Amino acid sequence: MSDSSIEAINLTKNYGKFTALDNLNLKLEGSKCVGFLGPNGAGKTTTLKIFTDLIKPSSGSALINGLEVHGNKKKALENCSALVETPEIYPYMSTREALNLVADLKGLPRSDRKRMIEEAVSEVKMDEWIDAKVGKFSKGMKQRINIASTLIGYPSVIFLDEPTTGLDPRGMAEVREIIKSLKKKDRLIFMSSHLLNEVSDVCDEVALIDHGKLLAYGTLEDVTARFSGDEGIADATFSGPLEQSSIDKDVSRLTNVISVERVNGNTIRLRFKGGQRAQEGILADLVSLKLGLVEFKKAFSKLEDTYMSLIQEGN
Amino acid sequence: MDQDFSVGVEETRTLKVPDSFTQIGTITKYEIMNYFRARRFFVLLALGIIISVLLTFLVGYYRPYSFLQSSLTFYTQWWGGSITFVIILSAIFFGGDSISSEFQNKTGYYLVSRPVRRSSIYIGKWIASFIASLVILFVFLGIAIGNGLYYFGADVPYQLWQSVLLSILYMASVLSFAFLWSSLFKTSVISVLITIITLLVVFPLFDSLLPALVGVEPWFSLTYGAEVITAVMALTYPVHEIHSSTPIGNGHFINLTSFTPYLWEGIVIMFLYFLVSAILGLFVFEKREFI
Repeated sequence: MSDSSIEAINLTKNYGKFTALDNLNLKLEGSKCVGFLGPNGAGKTTTLKIFTDLIKPSSGSALINGLEVHGNKKKALENCSALVETPEIYPYMSTREALNLVADLKGLPRSDRKRMIEEAVSEVKMDEWIDAKVGKFSKGMKQRINIASTLIGYPSVIFLDEPTTGLDPRGMAEVREIIKSLKKKDRLIFMSSHLLNEVSDVCDEVALIDHGKLLAYGTLEDVTARFSGDEGIADATFSGPLEQSSIDKDVSRLTNVISVERVNGNTIRLRFKGGQRAQEGILADLVSLKLGLVEFKKAFSKLEDTYMSLIQEGN
Repeated sequence: MDQDFSVGVEETRTLKVPDSFTQIGTITKYEIMNYFRARRFFVLLALGIIISVLLTFLVGYYRPYSFLQSSLTFYTQWWGGSITFVIILSAIFFGGDSISSEFQNKTGYYLVSRPVRRSSIYIGKWIASFIASLVILFVFLGIAIGNGLYYFGADVPYQLWQSVLLSILYMASVLSFAFLWSSLFKTSVISVLITIITLLVVFPLFDSLLPALVGVEPWFSLTYGAEVITAVMALTYPVHEIHSSTPIGNGHFINLTSFTPYLWEGIVIMFLYFLVSAILGLFVFEKREFI
């Protein structure tokens, strides 16, 4: 079992009057993949940038394996890899040279280097481009090389900032598989993402952040059970535009419905309590109202429910 | 997809990041590769060769007395007359955007997030620019000496070697100065433009206008300090301060003053620019954020 750890202690980052991170406290230990979720501007990238010395905290500490990043960067990042904000790779370099630069900086033994670079390139499906200049690559190809660079040097801690950005659906699926395979190798992976399905698919734990504050942290099951409770959200679509009076008088007053909002002319979104049994009842009631219901489906997964409710509470 | 990285698990704890000197060497190596691949080294080398070829042609064709009076005047005119310009070009080519481009092109994200000190990156890049500039300087010197050998045989005055040493000090200070601007701005064009304007316009204006108009010695100007590169090649070292009066009629005169830095003064000015710019540039780069 890995003894890797990362820890944010009262981590705060201010940009003038704007507080990007507000006393963030978070400790991750062991071998697992932790998803870092939050809306745009929540503080996800800011956190990862502080952990990789791209920015400095206004106050507080960022520790990797017990070592303060900003007091002892070289040692703290010794067993780390990071991919933050889709870095540009020097365009004059080939894939092999770009990865060799990382290997040189990390002190990867010469005996392992060639094999490891070729394995990393193969892992991101860029074998045939290994000696091509990075400057000619598309954004997606560069992102694959960036991911390959995180595999160099046997890192025990990996930071990934929206790693599937810029990739096509196939590339996204491949990257998720890579992350899953890395998870099996005794590593602590901290991955920010907008994509809830990606986090559900890849991560063991989730940390939710908004306005620079940690809203929740735990295993996916714990967090969703704790915060989504028995509430649900469903979208109902009608054959024609629904009158506002029908929404206010009829739909809003249905049993177990908490709130109703219009998504577009024909579709409304219902927040309800009571789980699946209530959902069944609401569907039956909507049909009986004869408003022209043509579709009724759950709007979000369990994690999405939690995410939406926490973000809304935060606002 | 099923490749096995498990071999790395055991080695994770045995992998040791190289010391900072080794990492500086790595950064230097890749930066020099950048100069070669981006062709900026060859462009500047071509410029240096063009200047040399032009001088070779002009001296060979017109045989100017100011050049061919003696081997000392030859080297004073050839080397002293152009080397400061070649050095400034080197600083613009190699130093002007060295740090700012890391922010503008987002390549810094690839480098800075690794286990390497920012100071190692800065110093490695500086050393690369120094080596590249040194190569250009020696090519220029080689062509000058080649011509000198043709006209005067093996009579190379010792003052040339003094001037070469001072030129290398000037090169170090100008590169540090360019790196300082480069670390202050996140846009390459701005940092390069400011390097060009300060070295080719602002300092030379101070050097000529301040003594002439108000009789003040521009001791704070880097290009003024660099005047020792030429002064050291004079038969007798120039007087520090010269006053002259030019009649303009009706019994009126224009009084002009000109200064030449003392040798020690020029060395101190160049060394201080090197030191202060290096410290400030490093400090700024250490604090700079990748936002």
